[in-house]
Amino acid sequence: MSVEAPVRTARRNPLRFAIAPAHVGYFVLSALVVVLVSRATLDGYILNILMQAATYSVAVFGLSVVLGLCGQINLAQAAFFGIGAYAVGLGTVDYGLSYWLCLVIGTLAAVLAGAFLGMTTLRLGGHYLAMVTISFQQIVTLVMINAIGFTHGPDGVPRIGRPALFQTSQSYLAFAVAALAVIGYCVWHLKDTRLGRAMRAVRDNELAASVAGINVYRTKVAAFAISAVLGGLGGGLFAGGFTYVSPDQFSFAESIVFLTMALLGGVASPIGAVIGTGLLILIPEWLRFLKSVPGLYLAIYGIAVILIIVFMPEGIWGFVTSFLSRFVKPVAAASVPPLVLAPDRTGTDMVLDVKALSKHFGGLKAVDQVDFSVRRGGIHALIGPNGSGKTTTLNVISGLYRATSGNVVLGETDITNLSPHRRTWAGLGRTFQNIRLFRSMTALENVVIGAERRGNSLVAASGGYAALEERALAALDFVGLGPRANEPITRFSYGHQRLIEIARALAANPTLLLLDEPAAGLNSTEKRALHDLLERIAAQGLTILLIDHDMTLVSGAAQHITVLNFGKRIADGESMGVLRHPDVVSAYLGTET
Amino acid sequence: MDIALQLLFTGIGIGAVYALVALGFVLIFRATNVVNFAQGEFSMVAAFLMVVCAVDLELPYWLSFLIALGGMALLGMIFNLGVYYPLRHRSFLPVIISTIGASIFLANATLALYGPQPQVLPGWFETPGIQVGPVYLDSQYLLIIAVTIVLVAFQYWFFEHTLIGKKLQATSQDKEMASLLGIPVARMIMITFIYSALIGGIAGILVAPVLFVSIQMGSSIALKAFAATIIGGFGDVAGAIIGGLALGIIETFGAAYISVPYKDGFAFLVLVLFLIFRPQGIFGERVAEKA
Repeated sequence: MSVEAPVRTARRNPLRFAIAPAHVGYFVLSALVVVLVSRATLDGYILNILMQAATYSVAVFGLSVVLGLCGQINLAQAAFFGIGAYAVGLGTVDYGLSYWLCLVIGTLAAVLAGAFLGMTTLRLGGHYLAMVTISFQQIVTLVMINAIGFTHGPDGVPRIGRPALFQTSQSYLAFAVAALAVIGYCVWHLKDTRLGRAMRAVRDNELAASVAGINVYRTKVAAFAISAVLGGLGGGLFAGGFTYVSPDQFSFAESIVFLTMALLGGVASPIGAVIGTGLLILIPEWLRFLKSVPGLYLAIYGIAVILIIVFMPEGIWGFVTSFLSRFVKPVAAASVPPLVLAPDRTGTDMVLDVKALSKHFGGLKAVDQVDFSVRRGGIHALIGPNGSGKTTTLNVISGLYRATSGNVVLGETDITNLSPHRRTWAGLGRTFQNIRLFRSMTALENVVIGAERRGNSLVAASGGYAALEERALAALDFVGLGPRANEPITRFSYGHQRLIEIARALAANPTLLLLDEPAAGLNSTEKRALHDLLERIAAQGLTILLIDHDMTLVSGAAQHITVLNFGKRIADGESMGVLRHPDVVSAYLGTET
Repeated sequence: MDIALQLLFTGIGIGAVYALVALGFVLIFRATNVVNFAQGEFSMVAAFLMVVCAVDLELPYWLSFLIALGGMALLGMIFNLGVYYPLRHRSFLPVIISTIGASIFLANATLALYGPQPQVLPGWFETPGIQVGPVYLDSQYLLIIAVTIVLVAFQYWFFEHTLIGKKLQATSQDKEMASLLGIPVARMIMITFIYSALIGGIAGILVAPVLFVSIQMGSSIALKAFAATIIGGFGDVAGAIIGGLALGIIETFGAAYISVPYKDGFAFLVLVLFLIFRPQGIFGERVAEKA
């Protein structure tokens, strides 16, 4: 098979950040705003509001990243904000350090705290993170109030220094706005980076992300750390802006205010963050009288949070974009050269070797001393009655369960103790019995995540996003969905979603493809199409390990069959022979007595 | 040694309160797979209802108690309908955020209605306590411990030996299957919310005479109760109780021997240690989500 250099046909412009006119426009516009802010005559009141909006927005960007992009909660953003602010406050006042140095120290302190919290908590479920961040928030507040010798206690830190270049409030505000514009640009483009795509995949479906080769834990920790960085940075900017900080500015209530800002504007995008921040700074100014009754104000915030979550989960900006997207037709996908599969061929004739594999759940031996080998090329089926341990075997092979004992070797790599994403890097690809796609993305974006597998030699590292997209489109073409590549997942039928899942695995150019009941829920036409697809995959030399109940499909497609019953292997060999094996017949149909 | 015994007694009393609130957490978590971040506010609201009835309106203590419990049942009902029910088909994150919103609302609405001054609620008994050897047994702490034992026993009987308890268990294990068997799942979840509002409320009423009745008491109790559930093993009833007691004791000794202002920090420290070294808790099963 030849792997020729793909011919470039008419394609969408690949994203080239630096030269795209929209990006130049953004910076020109930002520069204009900065000049406007530094030249206009602003009274103190307006200046304060703008200063607050600009610095808060940076912290709320943090929530756009951790909550919006990655789906992890952070209820301590005010604490990270406070760490940044106190670093600038204490550093410039008590220790006479330069503003810039303090800003760096504060941001570093915030990211260290954030990474520590994330690393201890993010292996566990989301509830833990919520509670741990609340606890952290309380601790930071306790320290700010009680460690008087260090933090000045409840009185706070007055007369905080500013950089020499921006001594006046107005010039400092211009600096803050410029910083906001730059940080906003980075946050906006985070979603188009490898890390950003990984975050979105993790948010949509952690399990699918891990078998697509994403290190879920590290991605979450990164998101959380970025959020802490932005919190610390915003706090540092805030301290210089107001030249005074005190513990009550960084309390749990403020964390809730940040959260409400993010939710109201729309947590998925930095534009939403700015909208939410602006509104929640302005609205209270208009409703000042509410502040005369203590608590009333935050009580309304509480209700607002519930109402937004129930009625407007995407926030204002999310609502606007989803409304506008109705009028935008998906871009028709460009034509690309056909998909090439070039599975890795190092190792013996056996691409997968399973030796004495066991998986026990307490006393239940779901998989018990199972041996089988999958020969390179062709289709190998793993069958058995319900509850025989097929899916458990597949889950142990792909790393979702840890083997109780035994070995799994892929090519020349022993993958028995690797985490799921490392197995994917090693060349394993799989689909799920109950489809697991990234539901907020388009078909193409889903498949791009697959194409991005580390170790995928068919995507040139220098090609950037364009190369990934080309590979993904080819995979979608291969399963027959190329023309619909830019449609969101939710518009596809069940059968087509299955195909997209297969395309996601194919785009990664795996060495072995595991298919978990791909025919389940398909009608007879779709099943025939699936059979044909499997043949076309096998024809390119990619080995398939198939689990299915559909005997027509299994006997028609597979050359080799392994049969499990009650967690044990009861037959293994060439298809027709195995299906006539008396033990297999009795396992499926029962024995005459 | 005498001091240590005294501290142990106090620690168990405080720990019993954490255990009760933790029990409320666990119940709602098992029924809905959601952590209710307003669980502590149930205690706070109940304590304020007691202050209103028993102190301000000078009603008899037992009548105030009944009124407060009635109020809690109503609150549990409204909470379910307003905060959980509209989001029951969404993922856990929106529900968490929604319960946090509810917690902020309850605390600050109480603040707006009642003002920031901490209130004092007298204990149930006239007698302040009894001296047993070197240890002084405060009557309110004795009551807390006794009520906790009774409630835990009741809960065991209720879940294991009544039909409605079995139905609640079935609902918490598999909602779809339960509804296919004809169990009214929505009603079961309603009962769970009412029940956990009630035990949260009882915990608040019991602890109120020991602490001040303040707006912050809810979140402070809830944080510790949550830490208790993690220490014990998430979702495990026995774990919640042991974790609550352990935390109460650790905190009391920490405050006595290490630092009073940072008393509330010990729970967090213990929590982080557990998360690092034994995230599944003392009793717990593995918490990682299944495939």
